Amino acid sequence: MKSRPATIRIAAGQGFWGDWLEAPYRQVTGGPVDYLMMDYLAEVTMSILQKQKARDPSLGYARDFIPLMERILPTVAERGIKITANAGGVNPQACAQAVAEVARRLRLGGKLRIGVVTGDDLLGRLDGLLARGHELRNLDTGRPLSDVRDRVLSANAYLGAWPVVDALRGGADVVVTGRVTDTGLTLGPLIHAFGWRPDAWDLLAAGTVAGHTIECGAQCSGGNCLVDWERIPDLANVGYPIVDAAPDGTFEIFKHPGTGGRISVAGVTEQLVYEMGNPAEYITPDCVADFTTIRLEQKGKDRVRVSGVKGRPATDKLKVSVAYFYGYKAVGTLVYAWPDAYKKAQAADRILRQRLADLDLKFEAVLTEFVGADATHGPLARAAARLDELPEVQLRIGVRSRDKPAVERFTREIAPLILNGPPSVTGFAGGRPKPEEVVAYWPALLDKHMVEPCVDVVEV
Amino acid sequence: MRLLDIAHARSGDKGDTANVGLIALKPEYYPILVKHVTAARVARHFKGMISGPVERYELPNLHALNFLLHGALDGGGTISLKTDAQGKVFSTALLRLEVEIPR
Repeated sequence: MKSRPATIRIAAGQGFWGDWLEAPYRQVTGGPVDYLMMDYLAEVTMSILQKQKARDPSLGYARDFIPLMERILPTVAERGIKITANAGGVNPQACAQAVAEVARRLRLGGKLRIGVVTGDDLLGRLDGLLARGHELRNLDTGRPLSDVRDRVLSANAYLGAWPVVDALRGGADVVVTGRVTDTGLTLGPLIHAFGWRPDAWDLLAAGTVAGHTIECGAQCSGGNCLVDWERIPDLANVGYPIVDAAPDGTFEIFKHPGTGGRISVAGVTEQLVYEMGNPAEYITPDCVADFTTIRLEQKGKDRVRVSGVKGRPATDKLKVSVAYFYGYKAVGTLVYAWPDAYKKAQAADRILRQRLADLDLKFEAVLTEFVGADATHGPLARAAARLDELPEVQLRIGVRSRDKPAVERFTREIAPLILNGPPSVTGFAGGRPKPEEVVAYWPALLDKHMVEPCVDVVEV
Repeated sequence: MRLLDIAHARSGDKGDTANVGLIALKPEYYPILVKHVTAARVARHFKGMISGPVERYELPNLHALNFLLHGALDGGGTISLKTDAQGKVFSTALLRLEVEIPR
């Protein structure tokens, strides 16, 4: 058996699908790391990928993962860095095949193994699950999934760290997964490297906190950081965070030398509370982490130590994310200039709403915002601003409906206001807004034993 | 005094709920946050902006409070028509709150 390392370094490469393309390359070339972790999947992403797969069975994964692999695989292979990424979307097998083709083109044949984690996709099993009494009730509304069954576009269970561990134990250098939790992509390598046991709840919670800390990329290394934001250095060259973890569950967050951004207790704290529910019960498939036990300490410039994390046993459920077709929406905008910019935009809004009513169009929601006045802080901003002196205001009005023709007709009611509404209006160069399909998200729970993760490791 | 002068914050979404993590700029400010920034006070602050209740959780270890603002995002995620559909700037909206602090 190989000896256990003293510490391992896990670098965050992507905080979401669409994150900075330079980050993963810089993470594997900027200094020594053992793993590169990349999170690609948001709730809405799965339904988009499911649509792509329906049109072409060889698609359904994060396609820009492949050129990225082409760019970094030579370095990764040379340095022995392993990759965990949920870029597989709803088609991890096809994603792995595409990575394998790239690897062979780079003459890495025989030098690389790819692990594929599947078993999260429940779309083909939904009717069977419903028939056997798994109602998949909406966690927010309590309604059973049968309400929207005929409109379901994708359904995936959140898998945890253990299938990632299985792939790494099978010798995988690149682990491509479907819907594995963001935190599982970091916790998996830690369990694998240190041999943590499935009931070592404090350690699993510590690894989960490590994952949460870096899963949003630079959001814990100076990006989107409110404290002292103007003096955070060189964000153009921001260093993405790296976890330097010890077998006892303590870890330090740092970034490569010479990079921009900042790793501070304040910035890491902002990331820890991001998208937080009950902090004492951060529930994952692997454990329940208690964020009220975390201790943070500045260990030097751009280095924060994390310790003290406690955890509790995992629950017997998995979270399931279902996407279903909801309806249509469209958002139109016009810009009004000084003087009386805000009053003109308000008048245009009243006129537009009158016309929609006269046309007898039915919407589930009509929402008006005045960008420059209240779009971000609502009445709090209106109370604080000198609204009569605003230099310009963007009228932003959106509608949502199950009725597509109503939404389409709305999109034709914006432009006429330029000539037949209040004056000093501009900003319509983009043309008529387009109706957009709305895919909604249905969170539910499913008994854990109903989901069987599947792990394959293949040689390139 | 505005919360902006003694705290920082980050916010995000979970469905139709926005969360705001409110963090004391100095450890000695944390008790002030605990005492003055109650769930009821925050609910009043956001009157007209959220349709559901406000929950508060304490993280004394991080000198932070976590607020859940239910019904804050016009349905949330992809459904929402709001500019801030993911609740990203409820953070600084909370920092507008005025608190009375004994000098």
